[in-house]
Amino acid sequence: MSRTERDEPGCSGRGSRELDPAGRRATDSIRRQRSYHDKLRLVAASEAVDDVATAADGQLSGVDDDRLRLVFTCCHPALAQEAQVALALRHLCGLTTAEAARLFLIPVPTMAARLTRAKKKIAAARIPYRIPSDAELPERLSGVLAVVYLLFTEGYAASGGDGPVRAELTERAIRMGRLITDLMPDQSEVAGLLALMLLQDARREARVDDGGRLVLLSDQDRSRWDRGRITEGLTLLDRTLADPGAYTVQAAIAAEHATAAAAADTDWSAIVGWYDVLLEMTATPVVAMNRVVAVAMSVGPLAGLALLDPLLDDPVLRDHHLLHGARAQLLRRAGHEPEAQEAFERAADCARTDVERHFYAVQLLSQGVVTVRSGRDLT
Amino acid sequence: MKYALLIYGPEQGWAEASQPEREKVYVQYREFAQMLETRGAIRGGEELDLTSTATTVRHSGDDVMVTDGPFAETTEQLGGFFLIDAADLDEALGYAKALPASCVEVRPVVESSEPH
Repeated sequence: MSRTERDEPGCSGRGSRELDPAGRRATDSIRRQRSYHDKLRLVAASEAVDDVATAADGQLSGVDDDRLRLVFTCCHPALAQEAQVALALRHLCGLTTAEAARLFLIPVPTMAARLTRAKKKIAAARIPYRIPSDAELPERLSGVLAVVYLLFTEGYAASGGDGPVRAELTERAIRMGRLITDLMPDQSEVAGLLALMLLQDARREARVDDGGRLVLLSDQDRSRWDRGRITEGLTLLDRTLADPGAYTVQAAIAAEHATAAAAADTDWSAIVGWYDVLLEMTATPVVAMNRVVAVAMSVGPLAGLALLDPLLDDPVLRDHHLLHGARAQLLRRAGHEPEAQEAFERAADCARTDVERHFYAVQLLSQGVVTVRSGRDLT
Repeated sequence: MKYALLIYGPEQGWAEASQPEREKVYVQYREFAQMLETRGAIRGGEELDLTSTATTVRHSGDDVMVTDGPFAETTEQLGGFFLIDAADLDEALGYAKALPASCVEVRPVVESSEPH
């Protein structure tokens, strides 16, 4: 469905946050019917509702409560989940239509049409703007979790904006993850998602150098990873591994990186094993590609290339910079430098941001540097 | 706002049901209709005969084709409908869930084209 699987890790630098007051407020307030009708009516009726998101952009947890309540309301089962998630990202989380389209790996006009169609259905079928009851929350959860993780993904690997990271988005997604964890402590995928976000976000400070450039995972100063977030993520992961869903499995992959003292200590065969599990749950081309990179790290570049080449025909991946970037690095590592150069050029052509383009341009120039990473294991 | 509750199911079982078996189902539908009545929410509703009795008229350009059978052969067939009043989709979905049917499609009725 999306780019959810695409990137891994993140990183940031804050310690864990005081949970209780915010959590209790969320629990209370999700039950409280308030006058959010007007806001949601705007979502349905108008394109000009960015103010809903921006007005809710403050740091107060009450604002996050409100946003979460609206997201639950937006994830009405009468809408296709893709439409629920798109509406929430666009109108409640402040992303542009173009950013939402890139998260779903679809063209912008397709996303615009999806949003329009959803809003027409809301109006025509009179889908009510009502905060769901407790009993209705579970059926809406998977849409809500997708919203939170895609929001995180846009923050972690920004397709818009100036820098490679939009920390305000990752922070917002993590706050929402904490609220949901508190609201639904028995849902293990909620904890799995929060663990995933924390383990990725723990790398934030180390992922970007002083010049605003991305730093490869293997080159990162691991002492700058946020130990508080890693510990918190691992603790959550312990709770969820007994009954793992797709978020939990991705968190387990992030945990393999987070617990490797140095890049060379990374247990790539364990990571391949997790990708095998993930591939059974969500057989998307992006997951397949990330698995290939893990195979290459575990077995060797030729094994990776043999698995990667069929993906060049995949309609979703063939124009994705990560595929060409990963392929380029495998080719280089296998000693096929001219083909590697071509693949780096292709990756740069497909890149979405200046930071990504710059990254591939540097790779293009730096022959002989042996690095292999893909989306998940890139930075 | 009006909604149509379109009731779908595999009709084979219904076609082969005995009269006492049918009567049991009718009791459930009568209770449902009674509940709608009590709430002032019912606008109409009918059971449809089996699709083996259906005839489909299809216009294609200037041609009119009349064929035996329903418009599409599917595993579940339209077997009947209720027309109801509901404040919004959630209320309509609540009624749909209360129907003793395996599958109900809820469709809003276009108000402006509705004859009075």
